Amino acid sequence: MDIIGKKYLYFAISLTVIIPGLLSLIFFGLNLSIDFAGGSRITLLFPQNVNQKMVDQAKNIIEGQKLKTVSIEPLVKEMIIRTSVIDTSQNSLLMDALRSRLGKFKEEDYETIGPIIGSETTKNALTAVLIASVFIVVYIAWAFREIPKPASSFRFGICAIAALLHDVLVVTGIFSILGHFFAVEVDSLFFTAILTVIGFSVHDTIVVFDRIRENLKRMGAGRPFSAIVNDSILQTLDRSLNTSLTVLLVLFALLLFGGESTKWFVTALIIGVVSGTYSSIFNASPLLVVWQEFVDRKNKD
Amino acid sequence: MKNPRVLFWFIIVFSIAALLIDLPSNFHLSLESPNLPLINKKIAIHKSISPPNINFFIAGIHIEKSFYYQRGLDLEGGTSITLKADTSKIPPGSRQDALAGAKAIIEKRINLFGVSQPTVQRAEVNGQARIIVDLPGISNLNEAVSLIGSTAQLSFWEEGATGSARIASSSALPQGLSEVLGSNPVKTNLTGKDLEASSVTFDQNTGKPQVSLVFTPQGAQKFAEITKRNVNKRVAIVLDNRLLEAPVVNQTITGGNAVITGGFTTETAKALSIQLNAGALPVPLSILKEHAIGPTLGASSLVKSLFAGGLAILTIIIFMSFIYGRLGILASCALLIYTLFVLAIFKFIPVTLTLAGIAGFILSIGMAVDANILIFERTKEELRRGRRKDMAIELGFSRAWTSIRDSNVSSIITSFILYKFGTGIVRGFALTLAIGVLVSMFSAIVITRTFLRLTYKASDH
Repeated sequence: MDIIGKKYLYFAISLTVIIPGLLSLIFFGLNLSIDFAGGSRITLLFPQNVNQKMVDQAKNIIEGQKLKTVSIEPLVKEMIIRTSVIDTSQNSLLMDALRSRLGKFKEEDYETIGPIIGSETTKNALTAVLIASVFIVVYIAWAFREIPKPASSFRFGICAIAALLHDVLVVTGIFSILGHFFAVEVDSLFFTAILTVIGFSVHDTIVVFDRIRENLKRMGAGRPFSAIVNDSILQTLDRSLNTSLTVLLVLFALLLFGGESTKWFVTALIIGVVSGTYSSIFNASPLLVVWQEFVDRKNKD
Repeated sequence: MKNPRVLFWFIIVFSIAALLIDLPSNFHLSLESPNLPLINKKIAIHKSISPPNINFFIAGIHIEKSFYYQRGLDLEGGTSITLKADTSKIPPGSRQDALAGAKAIIEKRINLFGVSQPTVQRAEVNGQARIIVDLPGISNLNEAVSLIGSTAQLSFWEEGATGSARIASSSALPQGLSEVLGSNPVKTNLTGKDLEASSVTFDQNTGKPQVSLVFTPQGAQKFAEITKRNVNKRVAIVLDNRLLEAPVVNQTITGGNAVITGGFTTETAKALSIQLNAGALPVPLSILKEHAIGPTLGASSLVKSLFAGGLAILTIIIFMSFIYGRLGILASCALLIYTLFVLAIFKFIPVTLTLAGIAGFILSIGMAVDANILIFERTKEELRRGRRKDMAIELGFSRAWTSIRDSNVSSIITSFILYKFGTGIVRGFALTLAIGVLVSMFSAIVITRTFLRLTYKASDH
């Protein structure tokens, strides 16, 4: 199988997934939950199923108290209300008013996040990911330092991060589209999913890179770089697919039996794992070859 | 330790120790055999096992450790409140002391209120001082917030000289004070610090709740002087700039006892009494974030995530056994031992388990399996090259090691940075992932390898 020979086809496949998501990110952005945007979220549990009439009544009551509702979402017996920031005393007034109209329910979850905390969470999350990326480049550059010339260990690091970026863009892009058309929210659980995908992506890429390193040392300059990379990808293919399949099986089991609250979290993970496997086989290593060939051509001129 | 048999027994001993730690408290073991024909008796074992509690002295040092899972509020139900401490009015040198004092007082209030296993943490985020209070089991936020949030500065005020110039503008005075004490109220030197104790009592005539105060000897003296000066006049009792009441003094009170009857309910009287007993907060606090999780939601999240973890392990065992046959079954045993170890470490540290933390743990299971798959694929390659089975396994391990090492080190670096820079759930995720990855490396290299060496030594020679 010649993966390197068709590398531009594989890049194109990645781009057709990433570009719509990227456009959605630019034009629609992400549907941020209160974890990042600030606000209040109240989950009510009713003894009966929640219908549209109850949702409308709740909306009237909340707006009657001069509070801004962001959304009210019925979920079987639960009603999830998102509003602008309300404090404890406003909350208990609201609960009394709702009880008088909607009957008995339990307030399962009440969360208020001030706008300061919201923007801070966003900032901390981005900082953490950026710093982690820098450290990963440094570590890979160091771990692959004995790689024979003309390959460069620094390029391995950058390509691993490119694959990581690919996966993050695929997942956030798809969630931007989901957020715009299906009101799927990006919350801190989604951020955990992104972190997991990052971990998985780098893990997966390094396994292929490790094989390239080993083959470079063994075969040396006798074979062209692109052929060595192709061999390495094929040699690790079984492992890549088996590992991803194991993880995907677990995730699908979780999606089917894990319940409503983690549904989108698991979905994000599934997209990320598929993307991570794809990018470590079809993007990260071919990118190394493109870069290497570019450097070689420049040196000849 | 070259001898795999010795190593094998070590692993078994450690696994049993881990299993003992993992057991829930008061685990009932009940075994009963059918009627045995020879002795005509049943053999029955009924035993209640709890994780061991370590409690002993070594060289004068008391070592005590009990094992339990510390559950995060999202799995336990409860209230979390993040407060911002306003230290702007405190000189920089004494800010740390004031924050430590505030933390101690909040802890004291919560203890008096009777919450089990509360945590009060101080945090510094972007140069801003914060106090995070977690109250497991309490989902009535109103109660919690009013208990923790108010500074509880108690003060006593008397009428100032009439006709003289105003000392303070009326806006700086507690609300409603000038109505009862005239245009120029004066703050006395009697404060909450002069209190010995306070308690909730009930008025003998009306049966209404009230807060009784007992002053310290100095406080009693101050109080006697104040009441002596103000016979037939009003003295106002003020809490946090709020007028509680302003009774008329009938005679000098020397006993050092007083009663506040400011229209309390039993709950508000209890809250005030707790706050007075714990002392006043040295810094004003405001709420940045609050989260209340109902107990049923917490319990159902816990059940779901435990189920998810169990399901993950089961799926992996079936899949691994299916693709790799005997090797896969051995790896599955190693995976079960891995799970025992990680859970024991969670209890030992103890790690606060949250939903995100469990996600980190499940991811690390995936990485543990990956290490095994890497080794097996490498072993299969060596077998295809015509090596003997035991040689192929050894080579498989050594060839796979560099990729296991590098991929796991990068995961550890990632989790370390996430722990350092992240907050809340990100930290929980990073910690369990790091522990999981470290143990998974050990599991692949030591446990799986020992199992394989033993099996192949036994069958191929």
